[in-house]
Amino acid sequence: MQAFILRRLLAVIPTLLFTSVIVFASIRLIPGDVVDLMLAQNDISTGTDRAVLEAALGLDKPIYEQYFVWILNITQGDFGYSLWQNTSVAEQLSLTLPITFELGLLALIVALTVAIPIGIYSAMKQDTVGDYVTRSFSLLMLAIPSFWLGTLVMVFPSVWWRWAPPLQYTPFFEDPIGNLMHMMVPAVLLGLSLSAVTMRMTRTMMLEVLRQDYIRTARAKGLKENLIVFRHALRNCLIPVVTLIGLQAPLLIGGAVILEQIFVVPGMGLMLLEAVFQRDYPVVTGVFLVVGLSILVINLVVDLTYGFLDPKVRH
Amino acid sequence: MMEPLLTISDLSVTFATERGRVQALDGVSLELAAGETLAIVGESGSGKSVTALSILGLLGDAGQVKGGSIEFQGEDLTRVSAARLREIRGNQIAFIFQEPMSSLNPVLTIGTQVAEPIWLHHKKSWPEAFAEAGELLAKVAIPDAAQRLEDYPHQFSGGMRQRVMIAMALACQPKLIIADEPTTALDVTVQAQILSLLKNLTKELGSSLILITHDLGVVARYADKVAVMYGGRVVETASALDLYKNPRHPYTKGLMDSIPKLDGDPGSRLHTIEGQPPDLSDLPSGCAFHPRCPYAHEACTASKPPLTAIATNHQRACFGYE
Repeated sequence: MQAFILRRLLAVIPTLLFTSVIVFASIRLIPGDVVDLMLAQNDISTGTDRAVLEAALGLDKPIYEQYFVWILNITQGDFGYSLWQNTSVAEQLSLTLPITFELGLLALIVALTVAIPIGIYSAMKQDTVGDYVTRSFSLLMLAIPSFWLGTLVMVFPSVWWRWAPPLQYTPFFEDPIGNLMHMMVPAVLLGLSLSAVTMRMTRTMMLEVLRQDYIRTARAKGLKENLIVFRHALRNCLIPVVTLIGLQAPLLIGGAVILEQIFVVPGMGLMLLEAVFQRDYPVVTGVFLVVGLSILVINLVVDLTYGFLDPKVRH
Repeated sequence: MMEPLLTISDLSVTFATERGRVQALDGVSLELAAGETLAIVGESGSGKSVTALSILGLLGDAGQVKGGSIEFQGEDLTRVSAARLREIRGNQIAFIFQEPMSSLNPVLTIGTQVAEPIWLHHKKSWPEAFAEAGELLAKVAIPDAAQRLEDYPHQFSGGMRQRVMIAMALACQPKLIIADEPTTALDVTVQAQILSLLKNLTKELGSSLILITHDLGVVARYADKVAVMYGGRVVETASALDLYKNPRHPYTKGLMDSIPKLDGDPGSRLHTIEGQPPDLSDLPSGCAFHPRCPYAHEACTASKPPLTAIATNHQRACFGYE
């Protein structure tokens, strides 16, 4: 098992290197580089200033040289400095990463607590009114983009009831309730959009599992329906559902970027968005590297969960 | 004669299919005394598995009992409540399925699965039920039984899994065990072992056994009584000995003649019954066997022959050909 984890962790390295090249190059391909933006903001545009600024930022060297310097520094834990604020990227990440992690975790909890019970219910009551209602609801959640729903949640309650979701971020360890009040709304929106696919998958898999021979064996033993579902069917049905959750991890992070923007959550998403607008190369590449690593780690955790669910993997 | 343990009278079952309702069983009647072994023989689609499944109400959503009764110890199982039926399932009537590979839950330990009926019906604690499960596994001759309780089905071979299924069926010392082609999916070499084990253990418990099979050799060795089914009806019932010596229905006769014989003429062709087994959604009129029957006459196409006694403990559904 340990050898397996180690192997998987080693396999992460080439993937991350590949990601880093793409990210490093693509942010520099966006028209209008950081020097242009800085010069435009300061309203001075002479040829000499530009060269001086490029040299000061270290952008005068060839791109491959910049890349190798950057990647070598990262292996030593140095993510570089923001081109605009001159703050350490690593330090900024250490502040924003836990916030996004919290949002993602809350959204995942919301998604699972909604999707799995409803999926099971829907399967047990196949083709009844309850099944149709929950299936339609999940289709609706799948169809509505969370940024649109987020905007509605911002606008309509304030018009109708003079209430708006709180937008003041407080760290969790200072004021847990205030923190959760703020995070809950984006977490629910993000969670609901994730729950749609998970719910449908749970329903489909549960129906599939309930048709299996071993469920008939369980019935022949005289077990009640709820024991059949929870003891005999659920774990079998969760194996593919867990895979799906792993595959949704990028969606989770992508959704967080947008919702952090709407609900002013000072997480990695907000940091990334600002950095992209400002062409703050070290910040953008740093964030993407962490995002990439997170997705790989999530999928490793998913693989380890199989071992818990499926004895065939364990042995 | 002994008070019968199970009496199926005039049972009719239909299935909802895409092509409408199909009559899977049409007036099936069977009787089984305590301690007896009844073999139900027939081709696939003859209704033998449906008969077995309907005893425990395991037909699923598509199947429906349309008429008749299944009396088990004085209770009509087609009319008892779902809760009562659950008390009987696994406790008084146990089932052994055809596919040992897929009939055990892949994510639960063997111990849990064998102990479960004891926990459920005998209201034992899990540790006690596990201890009994260990004894049961030893009884079905699984080596190192106690150590294997924590193992999962994929760690067992097909034959071993069927032993586990037998242990599970015996767990609550049921009055009746129904085995639906328990050896069809197994290697020929283990088939005899499994059947002997099943037979011996049911005898030890004094339980009755319904053995569903298409293998006439199995019938001869293990059954006391035989019911031959064709097209959703019982066409002949007799004691196993009687049926072999003196088959009285043309279909049974055809089956017997189809068994290859060691003392037969080496060059001769094997006897076959001409034609195809009938399609249940489109059964021939009258006796379902008449299109394949060498003795069919006019009466056979007009109405269904009833099951009538032709000798003591020997019944057939045929208008006669002798």
